[in-house]
This record gives sequence, C-alpha cells and structure tokens, in this order.
Amino acid sequence: MTRPGMWDALCGVVRRDLLLAMRRRSDAAMPVFFLVIVASLFPLGVGPEPAVLRTIGPGVLWVAALLACLLSLGRVFTADYLDGVLEQMVLIAQPLPVLVVGKVFAHWVIAGVPVVLLSPLLGLQFGLDGEAVAVLALSLLLGTPTLSMIGAIGAALVLGVRGSGLLVALLVLPLYVPVLIFGAGAVASSLAGVGAEANLSLLGACLVLSLFFAPWATAAALRIALE
Amino acid sequence: MRGERRLFSDVNVKVEPGTLLAVVGENGSGKTSFLRILTSLLPPEEGAVLWQGQDIRQLKEQYYAQLTYIGHLNGVKDDLTPIENLMASAGLTGDQHSSPLVQEALESVGLKRTVHRLPTKVLSQGQRRRVALARLWLSTHPVWLLDEPFTSLDTASTALVTERVQSHLRGGGLAVVVTHQEVALPSDVIQRLRLNG
Amino acid sequence: MGINWLKYSAPQAFYPLAGKLIPWFSVVAALAVAAGLYIGLLVAPTDFQQGESYRIIFVHVPAAWMSMFLYVVMALWAAFGMGLNARLSFMMAQAIAPTGAMFTFLALLTGAMWGKPTWGAWWVWDARLTSELILLFQYAGVMLLRTSIDDLRRADRASGVFALVGVVNIPIIYFSVKWWNTLHQGASVSMTAAPKMAATMLTAMLLMTFGFWMYSVAVILARSRCVILEREQLLSWNKPASMPDAVEVR
Repeated sequence: MTRPGMWDALCGVVRRDLLLAMRRRSDAAMPVFFLVIVASLFPLGVGPEPAVLRTIGPGVLWVAALLACLLSLGRVFTADYLDGVLEQMVLIAQPLPVLVVGKVFAHWVIAGVPVVLLSPLLGLQFGLDGEAVAVLALSLLLGTPTLSMIGAIGAALVLGVRGSGLLVALLVLPLYVPVLIFGAGAVASSLAGVGAEANLSLLGACLVLSLFFAPWATAAALRIALE
Repeated sequence: MRGERRLFSDVNVKVEPGTLLAVVGENGSGKTSFLRILTSLLPPEEGAVLWQGQDIRQLKEQYYAQLTYIGHLNGVKDDLTPIENLMASAGLTGDQHSSPLVQEALESVGLKRTVHRLPTKVLSQGQRRRVALARLWLSTHPVWLLDEPFTSLDTASTALVTERVQSHLRGGGLAVVVTHQEVALPSDVIQRLRLNG
Repeated sequence: MGINWLKYSAPQAFYPLAGKLIPWFSVVAALAVAAGLYIGLLVAPTDFQQGESYRIIFVHVPAAWMSMFLYVVMALWAAFGMGLNARLSFMMAQAIAPTGAMFTFLALLTGAMWGKPTWGAWWVWDARLTSELILLFQYAGVMLLRTSIDDLRRADRASGVFALVGVVNIPIIYFSVKWWNTLHQGASVSMTAAPKMAATMLTAMLLMTFGFWMYSVAVILARSRCVILEREQLLSWNKPASMPDAVEVR
C-alpha cells in the first residue's frame, strides 16, 4: 500500500469538493445568478444608450465578476472548518499549500468557470463587439483563478470570525484592484482598437505570481485559524 | 494558553509504544488543548513535543504520516455518504481505501450496511461519530490521538472501539485518549494524566 | 556596547524605557515641524505656476512618505513577531497602524486641498492619490481584522499575515494604477508634477518628514505603552486566584 503523492492528494481534494458541489447544485449556481443580476442592474441605473453601455461595459462586467467571486469565498473553507475536515487536512502528510491549490482550483471550477462561460452573453448585452467579447472571456479566464487564489487568503484569515462576510470584502478588494485594472483594461483596449496583449500578459503575470505566493499565505492563515 | 489564560504548566510525560495515555480532568482543564498540542495544531507556549526524539514542529509532514487524530469534530461531510467520506479521507491520509475495506470498517464499528450509502446528514449523532471512528479500522498509523472518542456511543459500540484500540496497542501502536470515562483496558497498558484546571 | 538590548524585548522592561524616550522625541518633533513649516510657508519662494497654493505639498508629500514607510515598518514588526514569537513585536505593529492610517488620511486630505485650486476638482484619480486610498483600505483591513478576532494571539498573527500580503500589494497597486492612468488618456492629471524643487523647498520637505518621523516615534511609543497595559490587564483578570498548576501523573 503506497502513500499517496502530492498529485494524488491534490486530485483527492478536488474530487471531494466537486462531488460536494454536485450534491448542492443550487448553492453552487448562486454566483452565476448574482453576476447576471448585477450586470443587468447597471443598464437599468445608467440608461440603455449603447455608447454609454459600451464604455462602462468592461468595467461593470469585471466588477460584477469580482463581486460574484467575493460572495462565493465563504464556501472555500468555512464548511470544512466547521465540520472538522479542515483540521484533518492540515494533518495530512502532504504540504498544506498543495492542498490549498486543490481547494482553490475546485472553487474556481465551481464559481469562476461559469462566469467565464456566461461572459460572452453579458458582453453582447452591453453591446461589445465580437473581438471585445472574446477578450472579455479570455481576460476572465486568466483573471478569475487569480481572484480565487487571492480571495482564499482572505477567506482563511477570517474563518470563524463574526462579521466575516463584510470583513473579507474589505481585506480582499484592495488586493483585487490590479487584476481589475488589467482585466477591464484588456477589454477597453480591444474596444479602442489598441490591442489587448499587454493587459492580458499582465493578467497572466498576476496569475503566476498568485499561484506561487497565495497558497503559502493561505496555508499560514489556515494554521493560525486552527490554533 | 487559551485566550490568555494559562491552562497547565510543567507537564512532563512519556508514552511508550503499546501503551495508552488517558488524559483526564474536569471540564475546562485543558484536555483538548493538550491533545491539540500533541497534534501540533496548537503550539505550546513553552516546551516541545518530541516524536522519537525529534520536535514535531520540525518534523511536520513526517510526523503527520504517523498520526491519526480524531477530535471533537467528526471531520465528516454531511452531504456525502459514509462510504464516500471514508474513501476520500482515507485516500488523503494514505490509509487503505478500497470500497470493500471501507464497508468492513463501517460494519466493525457497528454501522449496518443499510446506512452505508445514505447521506451522513440523515444519520444520528451516534452514527456520525461512528463514521468518524471507522477510520481507526483503516488506519495504519502508529500514533492515535483521540478526543473523547466514546461520546454519543452506546455500550456496544464503546466496547467495539475499545477492542480496536487494544489490538492497535498490541500491534505496537500507542494512543493518547482524552476521556472522562474509564477506559476498559488492562491497567498495565494505561498511564493516567490528570490535568487540574 | 554596554546596553543589553535584549532585556528591553520584555514588555515590562520596555514600558519605562518608552516612557523616558517619549518627551525627547516629542520635543524634537515639535522643533522640526515648526522649522519645516516656517521655511515651507514663509521662506520658500512662490511657485511661478501654482502660486501660493502649492505650499500644501510640505504637508502632503511628507505625510504620504510616512504613510508608506510606517506600513512597511508595521509589516516588519509583524514578521519579527511571527518569526521570533515575540509579543512585544506584535504590540509594536498594533501601535503603528493607527498612526500610519492617520498619515494616509492626512495625505489624502491635503491631496484634495491641493487638487481643488490646482485642477479645479476635490479629487483626481492620479496614481499617487489612488494608491494612497488603497493604502488606507489596507490599514483599515489590518485594524479591523485585529479588532474582529477575540483571541489575541490569533488577532496578532492574522493581521500580521495581512500586513505582509499588503506590503507585496503596494508596489503592484502603484504600478497598476499608473498603467491605468496611461490607458485612460483623458484623466492623466499628475500630482507628481510638483513644482521644480528649489533648495529651500527641499529643505522644508526634509525637515517636515523628519519632524513627522519623530512625531510618529513619540506617538507610537506612547500607544505601545497603552497596548502593554491593556494586555497585562487582560492577563491578570484571567489568572485564577489560587489554582494549582501542578499536574499529577500516576
């Protein structure tokens, strides 16, 4: 009988979380509904003029995606913390940051991927042209994993703390600003005809940076929460 | 320390293989904190926990590979069935985890086959505790740290768990058990640690 | 050197030391700020572009520098606390945050005061001001995280982790906001287009910065004394009157 390696442990974590999400599909679908509602609120608030919508579209859609991710952060660690699964995870013979990557990946599949898939429809609602819509989806594809990784740090810091819903927002939003700027900037540049490569590469850089550092910070925060 | 209150100090204890350390004391005397210090989840204010001569805080994952911890919380997901729960957790900890073995373990702790495929949330407290304890039948780790394992258990299940602990000890394993009940094991394998709160 | 610095790492020894140092730092601070203001407000020449209103930078720029400097220092103390498990380090980090936040707020306020006569608007979204705003949010996060967590040890460590994550974020924010400014050409006002520095202006700014720094040390020492007192009280309330710690092993 062999001890599982890091990869097996990571897959095990992902598999369990995805299975759990399947059992509570409506819970998992909430970020998507939220995204759609928020994205629809802006035209209602601002007026349906196509030129205005096209200008605010990239920003609004990115902010909505960001907020949807924020709202779903509660599901990353809280349930595991409350039922004791988290402390068991810390006591596994695999590095905790690896397991964190697994949890965050599962969270991204559940909360981030639907946002990416839905974004073209919402982009069209805001009058974005074909290329801009593609850039929007691509920027979200690169950006939402980063949002999940950074958000996990905040989620871990506030585990079990009262008022954690608002507190995590306050902690995490300053950290989200660069991703927002590059993401919305990518779509805006595409609309302006300037080309989105620069912004997209910066988004990629953010993703790589967060993949290297966020799991360590999250693991440290989890250990602190469990003391 | 718990919330700035010193719980206990000057504890010096050694646990040999094949023996069990029973940690007893009043409520609030720090038994759970003591056990958590042994798992390394809680760092001691002063002093160290040594496993085979080395500080567990240095060993980290190497120590975890030797450890099975069952705390107050069951560590069981309500939305999964007992089988799914154990397959997932045993898979992560490196214990045996094939479906027949898992079912055997669940039966050994007193859970009939009929409940194996029900979502854990419909089971009673005692049944859920038994799902958590079923890990003891799958565990291949020498160090067992158990926090009040007999809570919510009836006499029959308590006997089953005690028997399992005994065979673990006979096999050369060791156990530290926080309990406020007497553990029905021969006194030559039991060492008692009483914490005064 | 004769002084054993290590002995001051215990809060009980640090408390009287801090008490003795505070008056000195306060006096130096008052003198430096007075001198800086004198030179800045009265001696330095009028800027040919911005007139008298530019003089607010003698408060704005030093405040902004202090806000960032204090954040890094706070993060460093938190790192020491976690690395060395030293309580006093965490107390220092706790004492620094409010002062840092105050300077950030001052920088934003004076930034707005500069913006109005110069650009006609109370707020402009330039790189420096926007970064200061995000910094204020980060200070708020550090402080709120600390007050929301009841367990002192966890509060120290959690706000420490957040402070360290924030330190990494600050340069990234600055870069990304500058980038954002270049994207949106229309709003490219820049507060950094400060008037060319005459020698007197630079002297004034340096004096003000030094004065703010001395002020910070004095205030932080005073606040850390309060933190020490608070925590000692918490410890003494919780100590049971006569309980045997001793443990029996049979």
